[in-house]
Amino acid sequence: MAELPGQIKRMSGGIKQLLEQIFGFSRRCLFRIISMGPIPNHLAFIMDGNRRYAKKCGLEEGSGHKAGFSALMLMLQYCYELGIQYVTIYAFSIDNFRRQPEEVQSLMDLMLEKIKSLLEKESIVHQYGIRVYFIGNLALLNDQVRAAAEKVMNATAKNSRVVLLICIAYNSTDEILQAVKKSCINKYTYNIEASGSYKHEDTDSEIEAKDIENQEKKIQLVDIEENMQMSVAPNPDILIRSSGETRLSNFLLWQTGNSQLCFPAALWPEIGLRHLVWAILNFQRSHSYLEKRKKQL
Amino acid sequence: MLSLFSVVFTFLALFLLIPGLFISRRLRVPFSLENIIRFFKITASKYDDERNDERGPMGEKKKRAKNRMPKHVAVILDGNRRWAEKRGLGTSDGHEAGAKRLMENAKDCFAMGTNTISLFAFSTENWERPEDEVKCLMALFEKHFKSEMPYFQRDKIRISVIGNRSKISRSLLGLIEEVEEATKSYEGKQLIIAIDYSGRFDILQACKNLAMKVKDGLIQVEDIDEKAMENELMTKCSEFPNPDLLIRTSGEQRISNFFLWQSAYTELYFPNVLWPDFGEAEYLEALTWYQQRQRRFGKRV
Repeated sequence: MAELPGQIKRMSGGIKQLLEQIFGFSRRCLFRIISMGPIPNHLAFIMDGNRRYAKKCGLEEGSGHKAGFSALMLMLQYCYELGIQYVTIYAFSIDNFRRQPEEVQSLMDLMLEKIKSLLEKESIVHQYGIRVYFIGNLALLNDQVRAAAEKVMNATAKNSRVVLLICIAYNSTDEILQAVKKSCINKYTYNIEASGSYKHEDTDSEIEAKDIENQEKKIQLVDIEENMQMSVAPNPDILIRSSGETRLSNFLLWQTGNSQLCFPAALWPEIGLRHLVWAILNFQRSHSYLEKRKKQL
Repeated sequence: MLSLFSVVFTFLALFLLIPGLFISRRLRVPFSLENIIRFFKITASKYDDERNDERGPMGEKKKRAKNRMPKHVAVILDGNRRWAEKRGLGTSDGHEAGAKRLMENAKDCFAMGTNTISLFAFSTENWERPEDEVKCLMALFEKHFKSEMPYFQRDKIRISVIGNRSKISRSLLGLIEEVEEATKSYEGKQLIIAIDYSGRFDILQACKNLAMKVKDGLIQVEDIDEKAMENELMTKCSEFPNPDLLIRTSGEQRISNFFLWQSAYTELYFPNVLWPDFGEAEYLEALTWYQQRQRRFGKRV
């Protein structure tokens, strides 16, 4: 008689596994069908709604973020199965430092734990050959998190199949300002050193050379772009923000000028396959029109 | 026999497999009595919450929300060509209808208390459109600047035109300068018209100006911050450079290179209606929607 609950548990475990296998298979079939149309190359996620989810489910304060992390792993798995090469996630904004110190600390602890877990053998990084980048003002993080992030970046530097960009201590306005500062420093310290060797004679060729020199001294679009931290990836094709808030909150402002924006109402831990599929179908709908426009340019 | 089998299989696929794909998330929670009860409680409480929101007394927060009006509204006027196509008219008629609608809506907006309105009239990418369309649009701008000037002066609306002025015709440029000059002293109401504007170009020219200042020694590299950037962007002509609400008609969910830096915390609203059909009722809907938003700017409210 005592064996009965154990047997039932084993049976339900077996059924669950079988169902998961079937759903995994049908999911891959669905992805094959969707891949008939254009697939986005780069997807960006704003993971909003963790705290609201914890409140809704009556969980304690920090566990919303943990649930959010499992949702993230699931979405990454779907994206890489579908063949999307670049995925960017908005993990922590510079504005979030203004939250309650306990919440910031617990977030930092969670991130440290999860970043370290990326290095483990069974993690998703090794499963899909992911190259990980940490984008943002890393100087604002505490030493442990920064060291762990740099370790992960170095460890995955050789992977090349797919790319995950984690935006931590990131603000788009901050990114642009850093790019300008770097361009200024690069352009003008170089020119200050080089100009010592120019002779000032008034021949025609010298004046022409001065003009070219002046032109080179001006910041160009390419200088700003190559100094942006996000230049390692192309511009996002789709930006998905969960929890129904319809704003960008200072995320990838420069890069999402022409991206499709999706705002599903589900909170981040509740996000699922259907939201991803819906976003991609919408992307495919407007894709042909946008490609035509791009060719014209 | 075979047909029966195929019918059964199709039913199974339709009602089991495909829905199963989308609800497989639920299986992540262990299948126990406690969790089933919790699931019911959550669904019930969601229903209760919605009912209370509708019938409950107006709390402090709701009162505050009702009084909040956006100071700066940005509009992307999309859908003129589709509107004309639907009615079997030419593209120029679509743009004409759009321009008329623009003037009406601007008047309504100012009447409702908005301080600044920005309009994405012509994007840098629009130069790629057919030549007649571009010519028609430029002619439309000239015509409306001329005809609406007395109204702007009567209602004391300051007009600012932002964008790259190098490709605009001399006559239009002269008209723009005249309108800006005539209305520059007005305060309280401002209409910003973006002609040949691109968000990236705006940020780039601001970066170039900052870099020039660094090179000339006017500022240090360390002084480059958000305030310095905002003083160089083209929206520096306005008291409220960052829009609170951005409306893009016709249902496309993109910013298409309009305000990039400025829309960092802007609420984005994408109604399905085409621009020439966007009237006072639709604008009121947008305002009501805006007032229900909870803006946190990254921290807890």
